[in-house]
Amino acid sequence: MRVETRRGTPAEVRAALFFLAPGLFVIVVFFFLPIAASFLLSATDFDLYALADPSNARVTGVSNYRALLSDPVFLTALKNTLVFVLLGSPLTVLVALSAALLVNARLARAKGFFRTTFFAPVVTTLVAVAVVFRYVYHPRFGLLNRGLTLIGLPAVDWLGDPRFSLLAIVLLAIWKNFGFSTILFVAGLQGIPESLYEAARLDGAGRWQQFRRITLPLLAPTMLLVGLTRTIDYFQLFAEPYVMTSGGPLNSTLTMSLLMYKEGFRFWNMGRGAAIAFVLFAVILVATVIQFRVQKGGET
Amino acid sequence: MRRGVKRWAAPLGVNALLVLGAALTMAPLVWMVSASVMPTGEASSFPPGFIPSRITFEHYRDLFQRLSLGRAFGSSLLLASSVTFCSVILNSMAGYAFAKLRFPGRDRLFRVLLLGMVIPVQIAMLPLFLLMRSLGLVNTYLGVILPSAAGIFGIFLVRQFARSIPDELLDAARVDGASEWLIYRRLVLPLLKPVLVTLGVFMFLGTWNDFLWPLVVLTDDTKYTLPVALANLVGEHAQDTELMMAGSVLTVLPVLLLFLAMQRAYIEGITAGGLKE
Repeated sequence: MRVETRRGTPAEVRAALFFLAPGLFVIVVFFFLPIAASFLLSATDFDLYALADPSNARVTGVSNYRALLSDPVFLTALKNTLVFVLLGSPLTVLVALSAALLVNARLARAKGFFRTTFFAPVVTTLVAVAVVFRYVYHPRFGLLNRGLTLIGLPAVDWLGDPRFSLLAIVLLAIWKNFGFSTILFVAGLQGIPESLYEAARLDGAGRWQQFRRITLPLLAPTMLLVGLTRTIDYFQLFAEPYVMTSGGPLNSTLTMSLLMYKEGFRFWNMGRGAAIAFVLFAVILVATVIQFRVQKGGET
Repeated sequence: MRRGVKRWAAPLGVNALLVLGAALTMAPLVWMVSASVMPTGEASSFPPGFIPSRITFEHYRDLFQRLSLGRAFGSSLLLASSVTFCSVILNSMAGYAFAKLRFPGRDRLFRVLLLGMVIPVQIAMLPLFLLMRSLGLVNTYLGVILPSAAGIFGIFLVRQFARSIPDELLDAARVDGASEWLIYRRLVLPLLKPVLVTLGVFMFLGTWNDFLWPLVVLTDDTKYTLPVALANLVGEHAQDTELMMAGSVLTVLPVLLLFLAMQRAYIEGITAGGLKE
């Protein structure tokens, strides 16, 4: 990749050490070490008593993990998180790609304005917009039901009905996040040479064929990046249910991160909380590997 | 005839869809602003509307006078500025070193760091809290700032950009007898300015909007940041729709304005950092 022209002089190596030390210190002490410690913590029964005196904690091996797997509340959180990701990621990518195609269309006017508008929700504060959406979702006074009834659809108790509560959070997540992926898609679309489309048109390819044969394949790297960031991000869903539903009704919006927070920082069952964190980590890793595989398979 | 229709139908369709999308995107934010200046109770009336019958700023006054959200605003501002400052310095130093200084094991070390980028911070959070507790940093601003003072993403962003600095330039400065620190300070930092602006905006927005870690580490409501204070407010004032909307505006508006002012640097940073590797 890179040609090594010469080795660093001792002065250069010393300088490198000096420049790297503060940043790496922060990352190792406040990120990598706690991750390793988290793994150890998950093998103990560290709780409120251990918080007072660490010698109260005992090593319990995999018993936290075993207990989780037979705990219906945890399994519900796991299921909710998976449903949220499986529903939220593809829908966000779909909305983002549609928006990008529209913004990038030759016929579109005021592209800059629309790009900025679509991106605005991304920079907003999640907690604040979750508060706003609580009211947007209000069964009687909310904007969404008002809109739905105007076009003849039935009103829904978005956050109060366990059948719709997770969907309500998915909709908020799409609204909040699609603009980020749209920006990446627009950049990807602009990287596709116009000559390819001209050649395809000369060969008599229609719009759909151009999209299938040129746009989608050349957008594959962006698609992988967008898919991965969305998935990893969505697996950590926390603030929306915390602010809007506290995980309810009937645990229908309880996520793994929210459960980890409750176990770890509300009930101080830190061993158990760490085990939840690690299961979450494992699930994210598996999802990442699967996405890489699928993408690689799709390319050939 | 049909050709004539087609000529205006396609642009109309594309632009109508764009306008519809923009309206849907903006509706919640517009309503938030509008409801925040409605008289008490008006936002919870049927049918819900966008236009206040009269404009009042009483809810904002309430936030500052009765609920001391001004203090939370100050906390947020202080924390976001501190993290931005620290991370720009530390990440620019490390990113420059990874890009331009030659030392054994450099590329391997960088690859290890990159692996860490896929690990969510939540995984580290419980032991991090215990660490902060043993350092006596729970319920201090330092406890919020330190973990974000440097980050893998920031180092990555700076490194990608710094790679384009020509080696000849640095070597020439060395031949002239400049120290490595002087080279970084006087030569490299000015050249890195565009990416540091991006990183700065990124870190400011990220810290301002962050919720979980400040929620965990700041236990005293006099130290709460805006998002934590706002989430806390939901518990007691959920019925005061207009008040909650004023709180949301207060939280969202600063970052939205910052984004509008800096959007070029910010968006270029995202696309550059995201697509290169």
